[in-house]
Amino acid sequence: MTRGKVSGIIANLVIIEVDGPVSQNEICFIRLGETRLMAEVIKMMGQKAFVQVFESTRNLRVGDTAEFTGHMLEVTLGPGILSKNYDGLQNDLDKMEGVFLKRGEYTNPLEDDSKWDFKPLAKAGDLVEAGSWLGEVKENWIAHKIMVPFKFQGKYTVVSVAAEGQYTINDEIAVLKDRDGNTRKVTMVQKWPVKLAIKAFKEKPRPFKMMETGIRCIDSLNPIVEGGTGFTPGPFGTGKTVLQHALSKHAEADMIVVAACGERANEVVEIFTEFPELEDPRTGRKLIERTTIIANTSNMPVAAREASVYTAMTIAEYYRSMGLKILLLADSTSRWAQALREMSNRMEELPGQDAYPMDLPAIISNFYARAGYVYLKNGSTGSITFIGAVSPAGGNLKEPVTESTKKAARCFYALSQQRADSKRYPAVDPIDSYSKYLEYDEFIEYLKNNISENWLDQLLYFKNLLIRGKEAHEQINILGDDGVPIDYHIRYWKSEVFDYVILQQDAFDPVDSSTPIKRQKYMVEMIYDLVRDEYSFETFEEVNEYFRKVINVLKQMNYSAFESEDFKKFEKQLKQILEERRVEQPA
Amino acid sequence: MEAQAFQKVYTKISQITKATCSLHATDVGYDELALINGRLAQVVKIIGDTVTLQVFGGTEGIPTNAEVKFLGKAPSLKVSDDLAGRFFNAFGEPIDGGPDVEGEEIEIGGPSVNPVQRKQPSNMIFTGIAGIDLNNSLVTGQKIPFFADPDQPYNQVMAIVALRAKADKIILGGMGLTNDDYLFYKNVFENAGALDRIISFVNTTDDPPVERLLVPDMALTAAEYFAVEKNETVLVLLTDMTLYADALSIVSNRMDQIPSKDSMPGSLYSDLAKIYEKAVQFPKGGSITIIAVTTLSGGDITHAIPDNTGYITEGQLFLRRDTDIAKVIVDPFRSLSRLKQNVIGKDTRKDHAQVMNAAIKLYSEAANAKTKLENGFDLSDFDERSLDFAKQYSNDLLAIDVNIGGEEMLDKSWQLFNKHFKPEEVAIKQELVDKYWPKKENE
Repeated sequence: MTRGKVSGIIANLVIIEVDGPVSQNEICFIRLGETRLMAEVIKMMGQKAFVQVFESTRNLRVGDTAEFTGHMLEVTLGPGILSKNYDGLQNDLDKMEGVFLKRGEYTNPLEDDSKWDFKPLAKAGDLVEAGSWLGEVKENWIAHKIMVPFKFQGKYTVVSVAAEGQYTINDEIAVLKDRDGNTRKVTMVQKWPVKLAIKAFKEKPRPFKMMETGIRCIDSLNPIVEGGTGFTPGPFGTGKTVLQHALSKHAEADMIVVAACGERANEVVEIFTEFPELEDPRTGRKLIERTTIIANTSNMPVAAREASVYTAMTIAEYYRSMGLKILLLADSTSRWAQALREMSNRMEELPGQDAYPMDLPAIISNFYARAGYVYLKNGSTGSITFIGAVSPAGGNLKEPVTESTKKAARCFYALSQQRADSKRYPAVDPIDSYSKYLEYDEFIEYLKNNISENWLDQLLYFKNLLIRGKEAHEQINILGDDGVPIDYHIRYWKSEVFDYVILQQDAFDPVDSSTPIKRQKYMVEMIYDLVRDEYSFETFEEVNEYFRKVINVLKQMNYSAFESEDFKKFEKQLKQILEERRVEQPA
Repeated sequence: MEAQAFQKVYTKISQITKATCSLHATDVGYDELALINGRLAQVVKIIGDTVTLQVFGGTEGIPTNAEVKFLGKAPSLKVSDDLAGRFFNAFGEPIDGGPDVEGEEIEIGGPSVNPVQRKQPSNMIFTGIAGIDLNNSLVTGQKIPFFADPDQPYNQVMAIVALRAKADKIILGGMGLTNDDYLFYKNVFENAGALDRIISFVNTTDDPPVERLLVPDMALTAAEYFAVEKNETVLVLLTDMTLYADALSIVSNRMDQIPSKDSMPGSLYSDLAKIYEKAVQFPKGGSITIIAVTTLSGGDITHAIPDNTGYITEGQLFLRRDTDIAKVIVDPFRSLSRLKQNVIGKDTRKDHAQVMNAAIKLYSEAANAKTKLENGFDLSDFDERSLDFAKQYSNDLLAIDVNIGGEEMLDKSWQLFNKHFKPEEVAIKQELVDKYWPKKENE
């Protein structure tokens, strides 16, 4: 084992003189009295290892000793991860003692003595490899697959698999034999280095299935797919976190991994508090049962912030290998980039733009590339959909983190200050935002088969309407209400109807907060007909007043349960209002 | 601060900058304090046997042969109930002529609260200022700054909020506070008979700027004592955080760090977060609420200091002079309290959320109408009515001199809706309109 002695300290960057070989990203522990501080090698120069410490370095001295572990930062994978609250290094926060986090306290991410009901899936004689399913246990409501550890290289033959029954995670559940006849034991738990992608799948095709989020400005305008990537940049106060929380509550996924990376602790507490109470309408189970939280809030050590997003991604990849649909949310990736910047700065590297490290774009795109839809080797499918929040400095979308992310992510949900200021929430700018998936033939086909033949056309029609409405509004502002033809007012108000009724959504209303696709289709089609009809007015003031009335009734519909008495009542009202002004079209 | 007798004394400083000194020394801990000719300094960098010290009082007049003694501990504060009612400098030394405080000595800038040990903040702080209570409700355990230009009356508003908040302790952390403002706070608290629950750590403009770096941690260490040990509700006032950040940039500059945006250190976000995240609600009832001031330059919130602050804090409050009513108001567009959702409709009446949103939407219609007017266009009837509404809304609800209760401000809003609009123009849930829209006979 390589050992070393501390020779320099600059905040959480520590320089260690080592006596043997050390690899990049290797983990070491520095001894400070009774505690051991975990650190990661980020640079080697001769016998000097530069390590970033995942803790405060207060009172650390030159001459203190360090031990290198010989492996990179790893996560522990096995049943029991669901519903857990981890820090960025996968320590179970609930197992820590006391109100305050203690330096050097590392807790077990799993339960060593819990028993799991194991059912074998493989049998003696089967040919298996890394990621093959050997058996399964019931974890909450997920059939948690026990797999051949990802670190096993090559093919193996199953010698034996444990019989159905109760086992702890450390019990032997299978014995495998490699080609040379060496046997290896398998338990329910394995480790994997977070910075490396788990590649135990056959193929990663272009994603094509829509992922329902329940958020109308996404589903009905810029939909995201299972296995897709997206990001939500926005200045502070535009509702990034509210949007992320809404996604975590309503998106249709088997499992949600939330990485709270360098953000506010109270936002994580909100999840801790609400998720055990809130029900997932699809399964009737509590939301917490499908959620794992990685909390490395802004006041927790900076280096662990970088680790937290990788920890979250690795956990997501592990569950994807079980054939599950995972949604990974990271709020915010800018904080992770800032953590990289802090270290780069302490190491006195030549800076890139805004003092970020030069390889920032590469780091970001490598990370986004780990998401995706996969065909597993046994024919099942799994996916990780990744949506990251980005916090652009000064709200400027030209800053390096936003620009780099834009190159990597396929959906762009720009949160606009202007929309937030006028309380049009979610403040996703409908004109600037886009979903590249709308250009995928396989996705277009999917929409046709699963929603409706016209869905894409309608969607594009509305995009156009929004742009034309905006142009009309600008003209009205420049030339005055009287200075433009009445048609301009009508066009503007039609786009407002779509904006108010479809795009705007009340995240805090029990009914409006999530809209299933069936209801979205109903409303969108209704508005599609409404805006294509012609209406007659004498003055622009009539236009304003009339459409305000239309919007008001439609909003009442949004607040009523779908197809309820109230809903139908308002729908009837709407029909009457529309009849007042609608011009009969020649058949 | 006394040095121990058997301590090793160094007398050879190898490098001096405006804020730091470097020397050869061994067996020194990171973050440890030292005295340089009696001036307090802290270890910020150790490379081999070269130790760099940040000198809080500035390095003016320090000779290369100055006496350097290491104190073997990080900056600390003695905490006990005796802190109440006392005034201290940035080092935690009394400046009110009173005796030293006895108590347990705690290192400042201590560890973070385990997130799973927090409780979701859910107790509203009523301030009587409707611009805050109605549109930007504050909650215990929240952290929120005033973003204000130096000419705005933020100190006055903060003092009002502090006194009406019914906190068990009010802790003032003053950084670069002018002596006049310091005396203002002292007088206001004294006149309100609140001195026994005030604790104050003050660095005034007379003191060296680097000393400020200790103030927030001192104030928050005291706050943690009362919130954790005594389960008290503690309100911490930090003014002015822009001057704190300026001090950070001075030190990082002297240490040859590469500056990022606006010459601020790359670690600004983490540095500010460490302070603001001390705001917490504990399950046992204790809480720390932080209300801070971040002064802006010409209202620019894209500058690195307000920008990073905005990403950390749970909202921000903006003050603005409304020339139509000649009063200062709490700006409803730019102000935001992120935790208001936790209390709106729970600690207040069910119609709160919708009334708040409807009023702000109408207020923004008035802003559009105003632009039209300025551009010389005719106003529609609706525009005229929204302008009338906006003026009254501003005067009766948004102005900082308003002091009314929670229900009263909602009723007032409904009255204004009724006076100027039809229900369908206000677009509120029908069941609420049925319940609260003022009936004909009451008009």
